[in-house]
Amino acid sequence: MKVELKVNGVTRSAEVEPRNTLLDTLRDKFLLNGTHAGCEHGVCGACTVLIDGEPVRSCLMFAAQADGYEITTIEGLSPAPGELSVIQDAFCETHGLQCGYCTPGMILSAHALLQHNESPSREEIVEAISGNICRCTGYGQIVEAIQFAAERLQGSNVPRSKPAQHKQSEVEHDAPEEGILEAAEADAPTEAV
Amino acid sequence: MKPAPFEYIRPHSLIEACSLLAEDEDARAIAGGQTLVPMLAMRLARPAKLVDIMRLPELAGIRSEAGAVIVGATTRQAVAEQNVMIRTQVPTLARVLPWVGHLPTRNRGTIGGSIANADPSAEIPLVAVTLGAEIILATPDGPSSMPADDFFIGPMLTAIAPGECVSAVKFPVWAHKNIGVGFFEVSARKSDFAFASALAQVALDDEGRCIEIALGVGGIGDRALRLDVSSLVGTGLDAAVVADAILAISGEMEASDDLHASAAYRRRVAIALSKRAIEQARADAAAHSLKGAA
Repeated sequence: MKVELKVNGVTRSAEVEPRNTLLDTLRDKFLLNGTHAGCEHGVCGACTVLIDGEPVRSCLMFAAQADGYEITTIEGLSPAPGELSVIQDAFCETHGLQCGYCTPGMILSAHALLQHNESPSREEIVEAISGNICRCTGYGQIVEAIQFAAERLQGSNVPRSKPAQHKQSEVEHDAPEEGILEAAEADAPTEAV
Repeated sequence: MKPAPFEYIRPHSLIEACSLLAEDEDARAIAGGQTLVPMLAMRLARPAKLVDIMRLPELAGIRSEAGAVIVGATTRQAVAEQNVMIRTQVPTLARVLPWVGHLPTRNRGTIGGSIANADPSAEIPLVAVTLGAEIILATPDGPSSMPADDFFIGPMLTAIAPGECVSAVKFPVWAHKNIGVGFFEVSARKSDFAFASALAQVALDDEGRCIEIALGVGGIGDRALRLDVSSLVGTGLDAAVVADAILAISGEMEASDDLHASAAYRRRVAIALSKRAIEQARADAAAHSLKGAA
């Protein structure tokens, strides 16, 4: 069946089976590999994406159910290709990531939290990422990263509700095929090796 | 962790959905899918057809009726949690919702889905049983309803028949002025399945005497249980009186063993949590009463 999904501000269509999850469709059809496949049964949170701005698990939703929503993946958070959002930058600065597997989900959960709550308490941050499992970095630095990002955003002049999405032309320019260039390049085997 | 193939249908009306569910015994309704999709992924469920009821207008919305709040089946848990009508008129539901899964699952999971799933440790069925809610069903012959106590039969087992689906839940609203709620649960981690949980709603008069009380326990057995503590009406809900009343009904707390906890442990915890829930509800109602007087 054919689905039309609005991902990071761009409407895209794909031919899917009804049993294909939104997660697999984002990764396999749109090459948006920043959304990570972890447990694939709704426990780990690695596949978190935003649906109309709210975090959901993309492994617990079929692509066939996802039409009509604004879907935001980690690729949609950066202000421009190759740049980091304030939250992404804060994760780097406070060593909020080690292996990086949980990071896209953590950052999207943090992004949704900071959209609603400019100065969350430690408890509110812990609650917001309680559905995201980290197995190496340690939650301490992740919580620190989100606190740091909240402080930076408070001092920022950028309006908070600025939609985090690329313009259609930008995406087309940046990605000759689909998705985000760096991810696809990084995963592709190179002949030089 | 990939589901087996199935056919996906999104009907345009509730009648169409019911007939699709009625004509094929391998068809399952899907709304938020937060329990069904993991079951499909693990292939514990292999329906031939999924009937997506999520966008049916008949199942949406929260409305108030005389003495009740009717919550449409496809109301998302996260939406219900923030809804002013639910927070003020069905405070027990607002109280338990932060314990239902995690925020990302509450953003998709629905009130009706949790009811239809009938997990013995689930919080929303516990609210329905404790308050004596009515489960409203859509059937091929039109709407029908039954008390929550009759609807839940056992673990993941309800009185729902083929071709039927939960269309709404009618939660009773108490008319009293000073109402308080209390809720506790014990699980391995927050948002995991509860080994035992207790929910209480009490109403106090201006002198602090109990005029109405409802108590329910979940997680310990096959289904949530509503316990009769009407003997506490007229008392001030002092700790000793509450402890005696709970001891008197503790025989009704049928518990079962599993890998995580023994039946004896579950009963002990349910007794302790019941006392705490009533005390928390009493204090909550007393605080409302003070606020009203000031």
